[in-house]
Amino acid sequence: MSYFAILITYVFISNLILAQFLGLCPFIGVSKNVESAVGMGFAVTFVMSIASLVTWALYHFILLPLGLTYLQTIVFILTIASLVQLVEMVVQKYSPVLYKALGIYLPLITTNCAVMGIALINIQSGYNVLESFTAGIAAGIGFLLAIVLMSAIRVQMETEKVPRFLKGAPIAFISGGLMAMAFMAFDKALLNNLVG
Amino acid sequence: MRELTKGFIKENPIFILMLGLCPALAVSTQVVNALGMSAGVIFVLLGSNIMVSLLKNFIPDEIHIPVYIVIIATFVTLVDLLMQAYAPALSRSLGVFVQLIVVNCIILGRAEAFASKNGVKDSIMDALSMGLGFFFGLTLIALIREVLGAGTITLFPMGNFNGVIEVPGLVQAPVRIISLSAGALFVVGYLKAMFNWISSRPGKEEI
Repeated sequence: MSYFAILITYVFISNLILAQFLGLCPFIGVSKNVESAVGMGFAVTFVMSIASLVTWALYHFILLPLGLTYLQTIVFILTIASLVQLVEMVVQKYSPVLYKALGIYLPLITTNCAVMGIALINIQSGYNVLESFTAGIAAGIGFLLAIVLMSAIRVQMETEKVPRFLKGAPIAFISGGLMAMAFMAFDKALLNNLVG
Repeated sequence: MRELTKGFIKENPIFILMLGLCPALAVSTQVVNALGMSAGVIFVLLGSNIMVSLLKNFIPDEIHIPVYIVIIATFVTLVDLLMQAYAPALSRSLGVFVQLIVVNCIILGRAEAFASKNGVKDSIMDALSMGLGFFFGLTLIALIREVLGAGTITLFPMGNFNGVIEVPGLVQAPVRIISLSAGALFVVGYLKAMFNWISSRPGKEEI
């Protein structure tokens, strides 16, 4: 698959949140205002792209040659957890501005299933290293897009009259459903038209 | 007994605590997937709660989260390998979501919030309660989605019974959107609203 096709696939067609339900917890939890949604979105994109590279390398250079692929789950989750820690420390040291913007979201990413999800999807789809990296970035952008759109909707909803029992999470889910319906317009046919 | 029943409605992990939503939505297209997923989650939850409460005095405080994650990941690997060996069809239809039990917030959440502070017996009860609550919530979502979205109820095939119950009327003209991703979000939204309504009724606090 060409890199462009991978990009379109993970940003629109199989958007991690809206089509595959990965990373729903931050999608509902951190989307109350636009600012924190943008922060979370960029933090996830950042970690996802690095995690895609690192897990790919670990899988192909260590687990596969040694026949240890059954340790995949343990290795990946530990890698992602320590990677998040490392990224947090590096960002804190070298870019206080970035740290200020992303800092509080970084620890939350460890248990974000989207990061683990894209690492596993990369291995399952048999991507090479650059394809995995592209998929990681694209999935991150897809996440960013969905969470920012969602937060804009929720800010708008603050001033609307919402039935009492639908307030908060339920109405967020239902708006998410409407967004997912809109994203259903992006399908394989679109991809075929774009890249032939 | 109270420990055991709290997971169903009052502290239902999916609808009240809002934990473990990703697998709940992704695998709820068929009832059989929901049952398989719940079995996996209950097993991991039990195993990790028991291990964490047994080891709680030996785990250094500074690294307790990584230790919990390793314990959980070990049980998830067990489930994954067992499922591949004994239920390959189920394993295929659940896909990456079996491995993603490792990042299911219910499990880490219970290890952190309950098992690390309580004895083994209470932790087992807590795991069963949360696991059954997850099972209840997930099966409810799957039942609604499959009946409305496909007009069928898929269970395990047994003897002459091929495992699929068809709902007359709906199977010819199902509401396809419900079984797609958008429908999952609608169903969860409305169920959550229903749970809000149930738990806010006066005098019904003690369910």
